[in-house]
Amino acid sequence: MSATTELLLSLLVIIGALFTFIGSLGLARLEDFYTRLHGPTKATTLGVGSLLIASAIYFSINGEGLSLHEVLVTLFLFITAPISAHLLAKAALHQRLASLVPLPKAAGSEDDQESPGSHPS
Amino acid sequence: MKRLLPHPLLTPTLALVWLLLNNSMAPGQIILGLLLGWAIPLFALPFWPEQVRIRHWGTLLRFAGVVLFDILVANLKVAWLILGQPRNLRPAFVVVPLDVSHELAISILANTICLTPGTVSAHLSEDRQSLLVHALDVDDQDELAATIKARYEAPLKEIFEC
Repeated sequence: MSATTELLLSLLVIIGALFTFIGSLGLARLEDFYTRLHGPTKATTLGVGSLLIASAIYFSINGEGLSLHEVLVTLFLFITAPISAHLLAKAALHQRLASLVPLPKAAGSEDDQESPGSHPS
Repeated sequence: MKRLLPHPLLTPTLALVWLLLNNSMAPGQIILGLLLGWAIPLFALPFWPEQVRIRHWGTLLRFAGVVLFDILVANLKVAWLILGQPRNLRPAFVVVPLDVSHELAISILANTICLTPGTVSAHLSEDRQSLLVHALDVDDQDELAATIKARYEAPLKEIFEC
């Protein structure tokens, strides 16, 4: 492996680690559940993405032939990460978790939609 | 034809995924991949009865490009917001009215919204007329909804509904 490739790979790994770290940092720094969702779903896609690119290049050069497992990992990640974020948000709305901004009316629970304003106490 | 191959697009996709999983192009694996690609859609038919037809491949490719670019931008933007002053964020729930009615188009739209700048899709209304989106930092809610509609919904409508 030439020095340039090594440099490129280490750069990719460092960028990946940095973005994954920032994504996790978001969990600690952001204020409510809904904004915390943004950190892990966004910042980590790029982080894990560049780690995977580095892995694909490294194993394509050093392993036996082209390594394309990483493409699949990326694909599955891009499909599953938004779904889990969506489900978490939906569950949070259903539970009426506290938010920095007023919660939208009639979202998350079907009772609200059928009978707005007439909650049994 | 329709009974044998209920999802013509799913078959090559599954075969390709199988080959990638095995990291091999051996003839045996290709045959096994095609066999799985043929059998799995048959089992999936009861809960996925409608046909998926892509009408504009060019638009699909351009859409994929736009989304990949936006994912990059989204990552940098969210990273910047996290490292900045979280107290100054202006989060908001925005309702985006939907024009598309195709189920797959709505799923892809919701998925795309989660991947792109500062937004997570939170709830699809019962009548499928609107999507509730949580945004991390917004200036103008109407503008955000308009951007989502123009940038992502319009091409999806073109791809799946002609």
